[in-house]
Amino acid sequence: MSAVVKTVNLVKIYQDGALPVPAVRGVDLQVEPGEFVAVMGPSGSGKSTLIHMLGGLDARTSGEIWLDGQRVDTLSESAWALLRRKKIGFVFQFFNLVANMTVGDNVELPALLAGASPKVARERRESLLAALNLTDRAGAAPAQLSGGEQQRVALARALANEPSLLLADEPTGNLDSRNTRDVLRLLSDVHKQGQTIVMVTHDARVASLADRLVSLFDGEIVDDGRIARRRTRTAGEVIDLR
Amino acid sequence: MVRLHLLALLAKEPAHGYELKQALEQTFGSAYPSPNIGQIYVTLGRLEKDGLVRAVDVEQSNRPNKKVYYLTAKGRDVLMTWVDEPTEGPRVRDEFFMKLVLAPLTGIADRMALITRQRRHYLSLMSDLNDLLARTPPADRVAMLLIEGAMLHLQADLDWLERCQEDLA
Ligand SMILES: Nc1ncnc2c1ncn2[C@@H]1O[C@H](COP(=O)(O)OP(=O)(O)OP(=O)(O)O)[C@@H](O)[C@H]1O
Ligand SMILES: [Mg+2]
Repeated sequence: MSAVVKTVNLVKIYQDGALPVPAVRGVDLQVEPGEFVAVMGPSGSGKSTLIHMLGGLDARTSGEIWLDGQRVDTLSESAWALLRRKKIGFVFQFFNLVANMTVGDNVELPALLAGASPKVARERRESLLAALNLTDRAGAAPAQLSGGEQQRVALARALANEPSLLLADEPTGNLDSRNTRDVLRLLSDVHKQGQTIVMVTHDARVASLADRLVSLFDGEIVDDGRIARRRTRTAGEVIDLR
Repeated sequence: MVRLHLLALLAKEPAHGYELKQALEQTFGSAYPSPNIGQIYVTLGRLEKDGLVRAVDVEQSNRPNKKVYYLTAKGRDVLMTWVDEPTEGPRVRDEFFMKLVLAPLTGIADRMALITRQRRHYLSLMSDLNDLLARTPPADRVAMLLIEGAMLHLQADLDWLERCQEDLA
């Protein structure tokens, strides 16, 4: 089976200001089917830039991007849009919900666009809203929601088309612990179903669900390795509060 | 610290060693490293020597006598002092931080490598805590809060690690 995501010497230099900003500097990343990869690193280290490029939302400066064995960095915008509809879910750091649609329709639309029947799309919408404790808010406009609620709607929307690849940028940035718990449960279900996840996060609980951690620093990968599991440990060894 | 925990339990009612162990387990649930019975008896012996508790022998019909401990006035004073004084905050001198500062000076380690390895270690501890939380019945409020506390500490350690990376690496 080929890698779900593969980048070769991927580079992004922003040129819109007076000085060019090298945001991603030669990233080689390979993600296997079903893997859950967390991406961490300081602010400005290039996390959003990297994940946007993987979703075709930002053009690369040089290097290659492959998804499911297909070269995609050369695709047109419309070809990218099609690809995203079919197999990618994207959660933006700053939500990007459609302002003039209800919460429910924001979640239902991607399922319809991906070709689900109206009945199936409605079922997806209802189960996702329920899983994230948002059923009551289905009729509201995004602007009427709190930051944490919008964040969860963005996640529900990204999962509506049952994407084989979920790309998420800080999906728990605005959540309290109760809501983080709902998101954690949903993410681990998604992971168990075999969907591939690449997720930028500062949240240690979310990151600890991942199989693997990639650390970015100054636009480069400085560490890439598995997160060890030691399920045999007993409680007393885990907790040692002073 | 176990000394003071035992004094607190004895302030409620006199008890023998095994009852104290059970009371600790019942209160803190699965989330707390419960001391073994030997450790409890050793601690009770020291408390008795210091005059903070006293023991009476209680006869049992077909078993050896057991010792029931109760709190003395002096023990109560020590307990009250403990309760009344402000509690030390979390450590500020961190073992990892000492390594991070000192090891590279000698050329035996690279800061970036130390930081990234430590980050993965914290995440694997966090993953243990996630499992522990999932196994803890929600009704066990004390255990839940203890685990959540450990998680928040770990998050702070991780955030600090990132600050160290920005400034030192
Ligand atoms: N549109 C843009 N134009 C110019 N520079 C940009 C643009 N977007 C990002 N940058 C710069 O690229 C670098 C990487 O930014 P990026 O948003 O990828 O960081 P990040 O790791 O996601 O940070 P954060 O944790 O704060 O979200 C930063 O120096 C940022 O200022
Ligand atoms: Mg970002």
